[in-house]
Amino acid sequence: MSMKISSRQVDGVTIVDCSGRITLGEGSVVLRDTVRDLLSKGNKKIILNLADVNYIDSSGIGELVSAFTTTKNQGGELKLLNLTKKVNDLLQITKLYTVFDVKDDEATAVKSFK
Amino acid sequence: MSMTEQRVSYTLDSTLETVDSAEEKASRIATELGFAEDEVMQISMAVREGAVNAVLHGNAYAPDKKVTLAFERTPEELIITIRDQGKGMDLSKIPNPLAPENLLKTSGRGIFLMRSFMDTVEIRPSQTGTEIKLIKRVHGPTEGGKEASQ
Repeated sequence: MSMKISSRQVDGVTIVDCSGRITLGEGSVVLRDTVRDLLSKGNKKIILNLADVNYIDSSGIGELVSAFTTTKNQGGELKLLNLTKKVNDLLQITKLYTVFDVKDDEATAVKSFK
Repeated sequence: MSMTEQRVSYTLDSTLETVDSAEEKASRIATELGFAEDEVMQISMAVREGAVNAVLHGNAYAPDKKVTLAFERTPEELIITIRDQGKGMDLSKIPNPLAPENLLKTSGRGIFLMRSFMDTVEIRPSQTGTEIKLIKRVHGPTEGGKEASQ
């Protein structure tokens, strides 16, 4: 299953609902293009909802890091929401759990930007 | 790979499709050999990372260069060998992805993930390519008391 993405606005925060696989190739490109497009339009409060992301490889991890740093460098903030156990485990072993702001509740995640 | 076959190998093109194909083959074979679900995921992910390494960093997508992927089953282990035809990886240039200064790098985690998911990872670079050997014991390191399933 390839990567699918849709965006919605909640209280000035853009929530990007991702599903499928964030892997080398299409999945990573879709995520990169989406975040860059949001930033270019001035949407700098971004939540990546990864509830339906069942697989991420090292390229996908790199894409998450890139999205995080690109957003930060443009004065924005990017947070992660609803990690599956697999993705959570990956962020733990790569120590990226300490880098990302990870939330497990959408309302709390949205409020955390204010 | 059937339960009676001990070794199977594939010669694959240096394409993104090969990466997906290698992962699928690993998942199928590990499942057939009776590995637990989380082990199947670990094995297939390690193979995917090894294939990425071979296709991108080894062969650099060159159409005339192939990736060889082999699965071998011994009574104790599943041994997976991934070989490319590139210039050979310089192991001294692979940074530690857990070092604070490398945490925000967007690449360089493939070998680390292979080592995290497999019991043994051997990397042999040469001028005619790099060979990565991934080994998963049939039983986990802490499950020595269990009976073999076959």
